[in-house]
Amino acid sequence: MEKFGFFISKGRQINYDSNDRSIAEYIYEREPSFRRCIECGGCSATCTTGSMTKFSLRELHILIKRGENDKVMESLKKCMLCGKCILVCPRGVNTRNIVVLAKQAFQKSAAYAI
Amino acid sequence: MSKHVVVIGGGVAGLEAAGRLSREGLDVSLLEKDSITGGHLNRWFKLFPDRRDSSEVKDYLEGLTHANNVKLFTNVTIEKLNRDKDHFSVLTNDGKELIADAVVVATGFDLFKSSRKEEYGYGIYDNVITSADLEDMFRKGEITAADGTVPKKIGIVHCVGSRDEKAGNLYCSKLCCVTAVKQAIEIREHYPESTLFCFYMDMRMGGAYYEEMYREAQEVWSVNFIRGKVSEASETIDKKVVIKVEDTLAGRPLKMTLDLLILMAGMEMSEGGIKLAGLAGLKTGDNRFFEATDHHFGSNKSNVEGLFYAGTCTSPMNITETISHARAAVSEVVDYLKNS
Amino acid sequence: MQFDPFVIPFNIGLNFILLYTVIRCVVWFRGLSRADKLRMQRGFFGTPFAQSLREIFLESLLHRKILKTNFRLGYMHMSLAFGWFLLIFFGTIEADVFGTRHLNAPYRAIFFRFFNPEHGRMGFESVYGFLMDLILAFVLSGLFLAIIKRFYSRIVGMKKTTRLKPSDKVALTALWLIFPSRLLAESFTCGAYGTGSFLTGTLGSWLASFLPAQQLAYPFWWLYSLSLGTFFILLPVTRYMHIPTELFLIFMRNSGIKTGDKTGSYSEVEVFSCSSCGICIDTCQLNTSAGITNIQSAYLMKAIRNNSNVAEIAHNCLMCGRCDQVCPVGIELSPIRMIQRRAGENDIAYKNTYKDYFRTRQITASEKPDISPVYNFLPEVNPDKADVLYFAGCMTHLTPSIKNSMVRILEASGLNYKFIDEDGGACCGRPLMLAGQDREARELINYNSQLIWKSGAQTLVTSCPICYKVFRESYYLDVEVLHHSQFIKNLIDEDIVKLNFLRKRVVYHTPCDLGRGSGVYNEPKEVLTHISRLEKSKFEDDKSLCCGGSLANMKIGSQKRSLIARDAAAELTRTSPDILATACPLCKKTFSSATTTRVADIAELVAEALIVSSVKRSTNKKIFSAKELAAIS
Ligand code: SF4
Ligand code: SF4
Ligand code: SF4
Ligand code: SF4
Ligand code: SF4
Repeated sequence: MEKFGFFISKGRQINYDSNDRSIAEYIYEREPSFRRCIECGGCSATCTTGSMTKFSLRELHILIKRGENDKVMESLKKCMLCGKCILVCPRGVNTRNIVVLAKQAFQKSAAYAI
Repeated sequence: MSKHVVVIGGGVAGLEAAGRLSREGLDVSLLEKDSITGGHLNRWFKLFPDRRDSSEVKDYLEGLTHANNVKLFTNVTIEKLNRDKDHFSVLTNDGKELIADAVVVATGFDLFKSSRKEEYGYGIYDNVITSADLEDMFRKGEITAADGTVPKKIGIVHCVGSRDEKAGNLYCSKLCCVTAVKQAIEIREHYPESTLFCFYMDMRMGGAYYEEMYREAQEVWSVNFIRGKVSEASETIDKKVVIKVEDTLAGRPLKMTLDLLILMAGMEMSEGGIKLAGLAGLKTGDNRFFEATDHHFGSNKSNVEGLFYAGTCTSPMNITETISHARAAVSEVVDYLKNS
Repeated sequence: MQFDPFVIPFNIGLNFILLYTVIRCVVWFRGLSRADKLRMQRGFFGTPFAQSLREIFLESLLHRKILKTNFRLGYMHMSLAFGWFLLIFFGTIEADVFGTRHLNAPYRAIFFRFFNPEHGRMGFESVYGFLMDLILAFVLSGLFLAIIKRFYSRIVGMKKTTRLKPSDKVALTALWLIFPSRLLAESFTCGAYGTGSFLTGTLGSWLASFLPAQQLAYPFWWLYSLSLGTFFILLPVTRYMHIPTELFLIFMRNSGIKTGDKTGSYSEVEVFSCSSCGICIDTCQLNTSAGITNIQSAYLMKAIRNNSNVAEIAHNCLMCGRCDQVCPVGIELSPIRMIQRRAGENDIAYKNTYKDYFRTRQITASEKPDISPVYNFLPEVNPDKADVLYFAGCMTHLTPSIKNSMVRILEASGLNYKFIDEDGGACCGRPLMLAGQDREARELINYNSQLIWKSGAQTLVTSCPICYKVFRESYYLDVEVLHHSQFIKNLIDEDIVKLNFLRKRVVYHTPCDLGRGSGVYNEPKEVLTHISRLEKSKFEDDKSLCCGGSLANMKIGSQKRSLIARDAAAELTRTSPDILATACPLCKKTFSSATTTRVADIAELVAEALIVSSVKRSTNKKIFSAKELAAIS
C-alpha cells in the first residue's frame, strides 16, 4: 500500500467502496431471509442477552451488511440462541441461523482469524 | 321493468354504491349484516385529516340511499350466491331469495383481532386497548385507564397485525399511522398534561394533509415519535403497562412504563367476505382480500361476470378512496347492464 | 457328481462374507469402552443372549414392527427375510436327509436340485418338494413387491422411497436376480427330469414343452450362483450390510449398551443397521408438510455411512423424535443426530484405511481451543428464599396469558413461591445444546444452577418443556423439577386448589419435549380430564405431532414452519373441538397463528377453572390494589 508522508485519519464514513461485505454475502447465500430485515429492532427489544449487556442483533445485522465487521464476532458470541427474536420478528427473519452463519463465516475467513 | 342490483354490505362503499345505482334508475336492494348501516363509521368518532365528525359522512351516505328509495334489508347474511345464465340468485339467512341482474360486493374490512398478538397483552392486561376502543372513549367523552383514573403517559403501537409475518399479514394497512397521529392529537387536546409516544417502524403518511398532521402533532402537540417495534408488554402490580422496544435510532433498548397502551389494529379481509368468497367462488389474493381482475383498470371487476367490488373488501382504503371506488363500481355496473 | 465349477462364485462369496462379518464384529467389539465390553461379555452368558435370539426372530426375520406400521411393507420385508431363512433352513435339512451324504457343505443345500435332479417324485419326498416350492413362491411374492416398490413406492403404502448409490444398484440387481434365477434353474432341471412340485414342476414342464430344458438349466445355475456370490461380496459396501449388522446390534442393545454422546462402536453399528426401510421418511413432518426430502434419518444414516459432510443434514431437523419412535430397527436416531451436531463441520476424521470395506467414522476428540467464558456479563443475583421456584422460561415471556395464569395458580396454592425470571433471566441452555454448543450451554447451566441453589427451594416449576427437559437431564440439582402440568396435577390431587368443570370439548397436543422428550404423557391429560371433556385425537402420546415451531431446527424459515403448523393444527382440530390445548408456550404460539380454533395452555384453562374461594384461602399472600382495599374497609 502506498504510504503518504502524512497521517490520514480513518474517515468517519462507512467506506462502502472498500469495506468487506463477504460476511454478509456468505449469510445472504445461505439464509436469504437476512435480506428481509427492516431494522425494526423487535429482536433486540425482546433479546434475553440484550436485556443484560450491550448487545443488539439489529445493530449487528446492519454492521455486517455495511461491512463494518470489527468487533462483530466478539458480540455475536453473547447470543444465547434462546429464540425469542424469531418469535417477534415481523419480517420472518431466521435470526438464529444468521447468528450461527455469521460466526461460521468469521471462523472460516482468514481475515478475521482469532 | 328496471333491472335489479343487490349490494352486499351497508358500510361506506355499500351505501354510496346503492344510493348512486338507485339514482341511475335501477332497482337496488342493500343487504347489511348488522341492524344499522354505516359500518365502521358507527364506531369512529372524528375523521382524519380534517377531524370532522364521522356522523356527517354517515348522514350524507344514508341521505343518499333514503332519497333514492334503496330497499334496505338489515340483519341479513348471505347463505347462497349463484349465477344462473344471466342473473344472480341470492339466498339470505331469513329464507328470502333475491334475483338480481348484477351484484356489488362491499363487505369491507374487519379490524385485526389484537388478542392474536398475545405478547402485547390485549385482553390480558387491563390497560392495553385498541384504536377502536379509544374511539369509543372519544365518543363517550372520557379517556380513562381501567381503574377510572386519568392516564398521563400513553403509548401508541403502530403496525399491530399489519406488516407482520407472524400475524399472517404482510401488507401495510395504510391508515393506522395517520390514525395514530390523529388519536395522539385528540388525546393531547383532551388532556393537555398527558405525554404521548408513538412507536413506529416507518411513518407512512401518504395522503392529502397527512404529513402536515404529523408535523402538527410534533410541533403543536409535542407527540414523541420513537422508531422501534414494540416487542412485548408486561404489567406491573399497580396495573401499569411496561413495554420493551429498541430505540433503533439511538441504538439502545428502551423500557417504558405507561398508564395506557393503544394498539393500532390493522385492517383485514372481513370474515363475511371470506365466507362470500367461498360461496360464490370469488378469487382472493395472498393478502386474503378479494382479487380484482386488474389492479390498474379493473379494480372493481371480479372473476364472476356481473359481480363487482366496491371499497375495502379489495384492499385497505381511506373514506375518500372508498367512495371513489364505490362510484367506479357504479359505472361498471351501469356499463355491464347496458351491454347485457 | 457332487461338485461343479458353477458353485465357485457362491462359495467364494459365502466364505468372504462370513469371514468379513466376524472380523467386523471383532473390530466393533474392540472399539467399545471397557464397561460396554463387560456388558457384552456378561450378556453373552445371560438372558440378553436369549432375548436377542427372540428379538432377531421377531424383528429381523418376521419384521413384526414394520408389519404393525405398514402391513404391505412388512410383508415385503418378511417374505424376503423370513422366506430366505426358511429356504436355507429347510434346504439344509433336505440335503441332509435326502442327499447322498449327511453334513453337507452349504452349496449342496443351496443347489440341491442340481445335484439331485431325480429327487422328489413321490411320497414324502414330493411333500417336501411342495414345501420348498411354497417357500420359494413366498420369497418371490416379496421380491415382486420390492421391485414394484422401487418404481411405484405408493403401492406398498410408502410415500417416498430411499435413493440409491451405484454399488447399491449393482447389489440390488444381484439380489433381485437371485430368486428368479433359482426359480428358472430349478424349473429347467425339473422340466428335463419330469420332477418338481406345483411351481418348479409346472413351470418346468411347460418350459420343457418348447425349450431345450436340459441345455438351458446349466446357465441359470451359473446365474444363480453368480448373483449370490456378487451379492455377498458387495454386501459390506452397500446398505445390505444392515442384515448382519442388525443381529449384532440387537445383541449389543440387549446387553444394555446405549448410544451416549460421542461416536463409538455402538453408534456405528446403529448407523450400519439402518435398512433404509424409509419408514422414518414417511413419518417426518418436514417431508409430509414442508416438502423437505433430504434430511430424514434414513438420509443421515446413509450420509454417515458414506462419510459425507453431514452438518447441514444434522441441523435441519426439528428433533421431534417421531422417527426414533417408529424406526423398526430401534436405532436411537436423535442421539446420533446430536453427536453429529456437536461434531460440527470441521472435526471429522476420515479413516478409509481399507477403502469402503472398512468404513469407520470415529470422530477424533479434537481439542477445541479453550475459549474464555462468553456470558460473563450475567449479573450476580441473590434470590429470596422460597420453597417453590417458578421459572417461566424465555418463550413464556411472549405468552403472557400462560405467565399470568401460573401466577394466579401459584397465588391460589398459598405456597411460598418465587417467580425467578419475572424480569427475564438467562436462557436454560437447551437451545445452545441443540445447536451442538455444549460448552456455552454449560455456562448458562452453571449460572442458573447457582441461582436455584441459592434460593434454597425444594421444587422447581417451569412452564416450558424445553427448559423442563434440560433441567432434568443436564442440571445437577437436588430439587424436584416439575413441569407446570405435573405441578397442577399435584395441587389437584392434594386438594390444594379447587376447580370448576369448564364444559368445553378439548383436544390435547403433547409437546415433543414434554412427551417423547421427557416421557410426561399422563399428567396433562389428567388435569384436562378434571376440568373439561377431553377428546382423543389420532395423535396421542408418543404419536403426537410436532407443531413446527421447534427451536431445534435453525435451518428452516417461518414459511416452512407455518406449513407444518397448519397441517398439524388441521389434523388435531378435525373433530372441531372448542379448544386445542397444549402445555408449551412455543406450541401455543405456533398453533395460534395456524388455526381459528382457540389454542390454550393447560395453565390458562386451569386458571379459568379456579374456584374463587380457593383464591381467598390465600388472602394472606395477596397484594391488594388500592381499589380492592377500599372495598374491604
Ligand atoms: S436468540 Fe440470541 S439474539 Fe435472539 S433473543 Fe435470544 S439471545 Fe437475543
Ligand atoms: S426483528 Fe426482524 S426485521 Fe426487526 S430488526 Fe430484528 S431481524 Fe430485523
Ligand atoms: S400505516 Fe403505519 S401503522 Fe399502519 S401498517 Fe402501515 S406502517 Fe404500520
Ligand atoms: S433409520 Fe430406521 S426407520 Fe429410518 S430407514 Fe433406517 S431403519 Fe428405517
Ligand atoms: S426428529 Fe422429527 S424432524 Fe427430525 S428427522 Fe426425525 S421425524 Fe424428521
